[in-house]
Amino acid sequence: MIAARGLIRTLLAIAIVWALDWAASRTLNPYIYRVVVLCSINVILALSLNLVNGITGQFSIGHAGFMAVGAYASAAYTVYAVPLLFGPRYDQHAWLTAAAFLLAILVGGLVSAVAGFLVGLPSMRLRGDYLAIVTLGFGEIIRVAILNIDAVGGARGFAGIPPRTNLAWVLGGAWLTFAVIRNLMRSYHGRALLAIREDEIAAEALGVPTTRYKVTAFVIGAFFAGVAGALFSHYTYLHTNSFTFMKSIEVVIMVVLGGMGSLTGSILGAVLLTALPELLRFASAERLIIYSLLLIVLMIARPQGILGRRELSLRRRRAESASRPTLAA
Amino acid sequence: MQELFQQLANGIAWGSIYALIALGYTMVYGTLRLINFAHGDVYMVGAFAAYFLARALGVGTVTSASPLMAALVLLGSMAICAGLGVLIELFAYRPVRKSSRLTALITAIGVSLLLENAGILIFGPDPKFFPQVIAPKTIQLAEGVLVTNHQIMVVVVAVFLMIALTLFIQRTRTGKAMRAVAFNRDAASLMGIPVDRIITITFAIGSALAAAAGFLVALTNPKIEPLMGIMPGIKAFVAAVLGGIGSIPGAMIGGLLMGISEYLVVGYVSSTYRDAIAFVILIIVLLLRPAGLLGRNVTEKV
Repeated sequence: MIAARGLIRTLLAIAIVWALDWAASRTLNPYIYRVVVLCSINVILALSLNLVNGITGQFSIGHAGFMAVGAYASAAYTVYAVPLLFGPRYDQHAWLTAAAFLLAILVGGLVSAVAGFLVGLPSMRLRGDYLAIVTLGFGEIIRVAILNIDAVGGARGFAGIPPRTNLAWVLGGAWLTFAVIRNLMRSYHGRALLAIREDEIAAEALGVPTTRYKVTAFVIGAFFAGVAGALFSHYTYLHTNSFTFMKSIEVVIMVVLGGMGSLTGSILGAVLLTALPELLRFASAERLIIYSLLLIVLMIARPQGILGRRELSLRRRRAESASRPTLAA
Repeated sequence: MQELFQQLANGIAWGSIYALIALGYTMVYGTLRLINFAHGDVYMVGAFAAYFLARALGVGTVTSASPLMAALVLLGSMAICAGLGVLIELFAYRPVRKSSRLTALITAIGVSLLLENAGILIFGPDPKFFPQVIAPKTIQLAEGVLVTNHQIMVVVVAVFLMIALTLFIQRTRTGKAMRAVAFNRDAASLMGIPVDRIITITFAIGSALAAAAGFLVALTNPKIEPLMGIMPGIKAFVAAVLGGIGSIPGAMIGGLLMGISEYLVVGYVSSTYRDAIAFVILIIVLLLRPAGLLGRNVTEKV
């Protein structure tokens, strides 16, 4: 019964996403369409980082590194492996193209998840600022390593990736990320992650294997960052300059601004921070100054982020009781 | 062998710069537990302040280059940045001091972006050529090992400032108060130490050291631009963590280690890996000694 309802909802969501894409590609001008696509990619990034920073209470600022791994792995797969697997003229068939791209996204996510495991296992011994600086370091190491691989373009950038991403794919990805993380949060395992955030020592004393859970959260976060990277690399010009630590910090700002631990907050933060610099384009020279001033003022006026730990929901009461199993308010 | 000594000499000069910037990070972190992301940009402002001071004083042409004028420019830029540091603390960090540390961190990132973008708007995005306040000269240290007089000045000034800082912190009343605030802010306040004023002084000193680093970099590498603080800033922070954050000798050792290893990588591996080596060393050190080289391990109380 529940499975059937889930299936219906999934099909409905896919239908809505395709309909939205169909409508958007006909009504929106290309510039706005592009901003909406980038918004959605950032939503995936912010949601996945929120799993690590907001829900598990760790402090990672190397998310751009995992995005880069996903972007380059999926792009290399599309450019080098897909013509061998699907035949050189696979892009004549819409279904084959879509299947190849879906696989590319999965490849991006999985390779990034493996990277997340390799990085997370040693890093999760560290805490707080030390963890932060190590994740930042890994992010930079990944970027410099990719910069030195000639097969993916090195410093020239990776050219020749067929553009596959459209609004339907990114909206679908964002929706899937949201659904997975929300369901995870409501599960037994999600409760364990929240317990680690609230008090790691207490959680350990109650029998939560904290290291395993922290690494798992990190790996899932890396997986979705890789998915976001895959969507990004099949949309626009790919160069390691897109994945500097400023990108990681941008994602952290989205999560904190929206409200740590609030999933709808992350969506809000990602959309706001992607759209805001565009909306400020009328003041071209001063726009980044306004942006940074707004950031400072917002942090002083509302340090817990826009939503805090609350969720926006149409069914308010249920959502609140479900998202607040915390020990202390 | 010559090659090795040459790279070591370059590395020590460059590492002294990192050490100066790292001192500011470690001092602020020690008192506030805040990664002051804007610190690298204060260093950039220091370089620009020195640039405008030198032009205002008319130093920089071959005839007017003199050590006295250079010292004046250095002190002026340190004073300007000390003021900037105090302002940043007062208007951006003090209001969020009671909030979570992450909020403070984002505020620091905001200040960093503000300084960078204001720099682009005011100074212009294109690089400026820093005037030669001291005429350049090449000195042969040993067979085939060449350094410039600027590099020697960098090391001398950096060492002088570090000794002065150590004496200040160990021997004066204010220094003692700074150590007390870093050790336990609440207890220090109960002992009658004016915590707010001590934090202000910490920011002033840290920012002045960053300005000195900015001046010294502009001297050896006379191309300054508004985004020049990002990479050195982050690496100096890594140097501070490497040495054990909160520890002043740790910041010096970390900075030197970082500068030397960067030049060894440039000399023997490839300059494209220069930006990664800092983090590789950091990760290895932190995995072996989670509190950094000289950091104290804090026992966890349950």
